Amino acid sequence: MSELIAFLEPDRSVIDRRPAIVADLAQLLPEACLITEERELVPFDTDAFVSYRRMPLAVVLPETTAQVAAVMRYCNDNAIPVIPRGAGTSLSGGAIPQEDAVVIGVSKLNQILEVDFPNRAAVVQAGVTNISISQAVDGDGFFYAPDPSSQLACTIGGNIGMNSGGAHCLKYGVTTNNLLGVKMVMFDGSIVDIGGKALDAPGYDLLGLICGSEGQLGIVTEATVRLIAKPEGARPVLFGFESSVTAGACVTDIIGTGIIPVAIEFMDKPAIEICEAFANAGYPMDVEALLIVEVEGSDAEMDAMLERIIEIARRHGVKTIKESQSATEAALIWKGRKSAFGATGRIADYICMDGTVPLGQLSHVLEKTSEIIDHYGLRVANVFHAGDGNMHPLILFDANNPDESLKAEMAGNDILKLCVDAGGCLTGEHGVGIEKRDLMRHQYSDADLAQQMRVRAAFDPQWILNPSKVFPLDGRNGSYEDAAVASKDHGKSAA
Amino acid sequence: MSDLAVQYPETEDDVARLIASAHADGSPVEILGGGTKSALGKPLQAASALSVAKLTGITNYDPSELVMAARAGTPLAEIEAALAANNQMLTFEPMDYRPLLAAEGEPTIGGVFAGNISGPRRISAGAARDNLLGVRLVNGSGEIVKSGGRVMKNVTGLDLVKLMAGSWGTLGVLCEVIFKVLPRPETEATIVVSGLNDAEAAEAMAAALAMSVEVSGAAHLPESVIHTVADGEIKGGSATVLRLEGLAPSVEVRTGKLEAEMGRRGTVTVLDAQTSNGLWRDIRDVKPFADGGSRPVWRVSVAPSAGHQLVAALRLKTGVDAFYDWQGGLVWLRMEADPDAALVRQYIKALGGGHATLVRADAATRAATDVFEPQPPVLAALSRRIKQQFDPGGVLNPGRVWAGI
Repeated sequence: MSELIAFLEPDRSVIDRRPAIVADLAQLLPEACLITEERELVPFDTDAFVSYRRMPLAVVLPETTAQVAAVMRYCNDNAIPVIPRGAGTSLSGGAIPQEDAVVIGVSKLNQILEVDFPNRAAVVQAGVTNISISQAVDGDGFFYAPDPSSQLACTIGGNIGMNSGGAHCLKYGVTTNNLLGVKMVMFDGSIVDIGGKALDAPGYDLLGLICGSEGQLGIVTEATVRLIAKPEGARPVLFGFESSVTAGACVTDIIGTGIIPVAIEFMDKPAIEICEAFANAGYPMDVEALLIVEVEGSDAEMDAMLERIIEIARRHGVKTIKESQSATEAALIWKGRKSAFGATGRIADYICMDGTVPLGQLSHVLEKTSEIIDHYGLRVANVFHAGDGNMHPLILFDANNPDESLKAEMAGNDILKLCVDAGGCLTGEHGVGIEKRDLMRHQYSDADLAQQMRVRAAFDPQWILNPSKVFPLDGRNGSYEDAAVASKDHGKSAA
Repeated sequence: MSDLAVQYPETEDDVARLIASAHADGSPVEILGGGTKSALGKPLQAASALSVAKLTGITNYDPSELVMAARAGTPLAEIEAALAANNQMLTFEPMDYRPLLAAEGEPTIGGVFAGNISGPRRISAGAARDNLLGVRLVNGSGEIVKSGGRVMKNVTGLDLVKLMAGSWGTLGVLCEVIFKVLPRPETEATIVVSGLNDAEAAEAMAAALAMSVEVSGAAHLPESVIHTVADGEIKGGSATVLRLEGLAPSVEVRTGKLEAEMGRRGTVTVLDAQTSNGLWRDIRDVKPFADGGSRPVWRVSVAPSAGHQLVAALRLKTGVDAFYDWQGGLVWLRMEADPDAALVRQYIKALGGGHATLVRADAATRAATDVFEPQPPVLAALSRRIKQQFDPGGVLNPGRVWAGI
C-alpha cells in the first residue's frame, strides 16, 4: 500500500558496516540474546500498527541491565540508531524499527524482583507483562491499577514508554500516577535510579518526564510500581440508549453530579455488534449506544452508588439496564469490551484513533466523526473510555484496497484534528509514534515543539533513540542540533 | 520576602518581554507568586524580582468537565472558593506554608504547582504534579511555551508539564495552569487509634492501607504533639488517625470495618466530619510545628515502613520532635537546635533511601546547608542539562534549589 508516513532515510554507512556491527554485538551478549537471521528478524519488523514495516539491522534481547548498558554505549559511540521494544503491542508504531537500527527488546527481563506489601510497592523488570503484576499480588488482596486492553501481552516497560492507561484510570490514574521509580540506561550506557519507594524526590520530575517519552530518553530496565488494595467487589452495569448523543450527555451528567465510577466505557452499535459476536457478553442488541459503568466496594456501597447512577440514566431516557449477577457475568462484560480491537480485526482491517476531548465535547465530536467517515465512504465503530473523554474510533477498511487504505488514514487524520480543535489532544494513551507524528504541529506551535526537542536532546544528544518517532521530521533542523551541541559542551564542562 | 524592587507584569506578553530583557542582560531574576514560600530554599542572589501576582483570574471552568484553568497569580483562596461553590475541590489538598514559616501574603495557584505542594491525600489521590494537566510558561529566553492541555488523558509529546511541577521557578515562569478538580466527598470520618508507639502505628497504618476500605489519609501523632491539633480534642495519648471519605452509606460501612480491625490494636474512637476536617487541615499545615519560632524543620520522604526507624535512630543522637503523614512515609522533624543535616541524610540513606528538605531555618543556616537533598552526580548533570535547555542564561531563580540550577 502507499505510505503517507515517512521514516528517516536509513544511514547507508551504518548498513554497510552491518557484518562488523553484528560481530561487535556478539562480543557484548550471549549468543542466544542476539538475532541477526532475516527469517528471525521478521517478527520484529512492525508492532500493532501493522500498515508499516521495516526490517531492523539486528535485534538484541538482553538478560541484564548491564547488557542493555553495554549495547547502548556501543550504539551511541558508533552513532547507530536504537529502537527500544517491549511486547510490540504499540498501536501508534512506537516500536517499528528502521533498516539502520538495533532493536533492544526487554522480553528476557521478565522477573518480578520484589513485592513489598507494607510499603505497597513491587519492583519488576521492564519485560514483565502488565497483568502478571496483578496476578502476583492478587492472593494478598492487591492489584496494579493501569489495565490497557493489551494487558495480557504488553510489558511494563512499554507501558512506561507510552504512559499507558486503560479502562479503570478514571479512578486510579494512568501509568505515571502509579509509577514510583525506574532504573534506566542512559544514551551513553550510564545507569541511573530515579525515584523509588520514597515519594516525590526534590528537583525536576524526571520520572514524570520519562513516563510517556516513547523510548526517546533512555531504556527503562526496572520499575517500582504502586500496589493498591483490591476493592471488596466490583459490579459493571450495562446501560443501553437510543442514541450516542444521549449516552454522551448521560456521561457528562454522571460526572457533573459528583459521582466518579471506577470506569465508564462507551460503545456504539457497530462496536456492540462486533464485540457481542465475538464474546457473547450479553450486550443488548436493540440499542444505538451502550455504556458500561463499573462501581466498586461492598454491596451496600455499590447499591448506594448505582441507585444514583440509575436515576441519572433514567433522566436521559435509558432503554435497557442490566446489572451483572455474578463474577462470571461481570468478567464476560469486560471480556467483550477488552476484546474490541481483536474482534474488530477479525471482520476487517482497522486503524484505531486515540484522541481525547473535554467531556462537554463528547456528543459534538461523535457527530462530527460520523460525518467525516461518511465523507470518505468508510465505516466506523466507536468504543472508548467516556469518563475521561478518551475516544477510540476504529476506522474499518480493506488493506488490500490501496485507495481505501489511504482514505482510512486521511479520515483518521481529520478525526484527530477535530479532537484538537475541540480543545483536546491527538493521543490519550497510545502515544504519538509515527502515526500521529506529522500532526504534532496541529496541537503545538514551533516554540512548543522546539522546547520539547531541546529537552529530548538533554537525554540523547545524537538523537539515536527511536529517532523517526514523535517529532515531525522536517522541523528538526537547527533547534535540536544546537541543543545537542549545547548539551555535549555542557556535559563536558560539568564533568 | 525579597527586598528587591518587584515587577508585576499584567500579561503573559509582558512576562515574556521582561524575561527576554533579563536574558539579554544576563541579569538573574527572582520569580515570585504571593511570596509565602520565599523562605523555603536557598537564599537567592538576584538583581530583580518578578511577581505573577497580577496575572489573575480563572480562565476556564466547567464543573462537569472536572478541569479548571487559571492564570498563575490567581490566589489559591479564590480557586478554592470557586470550587467550593460547585461542591468541588483540589484533591491533592495543598499545604498552606504560612503557619509553619510565619509568612504573610496570599498563596497563588502558580506557586502551589511550582513547588509541587501536596497534602495528606497524596497517598490516595496523588501529588500536585499528578493533577496538573497543562501549562503556559515563559522560558528563560523569554519564549512563550505551552505543554499539555485541558483533558485528563494526554500523552501527546514530551510531558513538560511534569517538569514544571516542583521546579520552583527555575525552568520557566508559569503564566497559566490547567488542573484536574474532583467532587468533594459527601462526608468524611476519622478513626483514631490511641496509645500506639511509633512502630506499632506504622504497622497499623500499613494494615489499614491493605484493607478494601480506601483510606484517604493515614497519619500518626505522637503524644508530644497531639495537643496541638483538632483544638486539643483528641485525648488518650498518641493518636494514629485514618481518614475515610465518600458517600455517607459507604463511609458508614467502611468505618465499621476499619473500627473492627483497628480495635484489636488499641482503643478506637471515631471523629465526626467536622472534627475530622479540622484535624486533617492541621496535619496538612504542620500545625504541631507552627510555633512561630525558627527551630529547623525537615520534611523527609522515605518508604512508609522506614519513617519511625529514622526517628528512633535520630533520637539516640540528637534532640528531635516528629510526627508522620502518608502512612509514615512523610516525616516532619523539628530539631532542637542544629539541623544536623549530615546525620539526617546519612540515616535516610542507611534506611533504604529517600530525601530530606530543610523547609524551615534562618537564612544563614539555609545558605550554609543543602536545603534540598543533593542528587547523585549523573542525575545532577542531567538536571543541569535540562536547566540549560529551558534557561540557557541561568536567569530564573538561579541557585534556589541547587547550585547550577
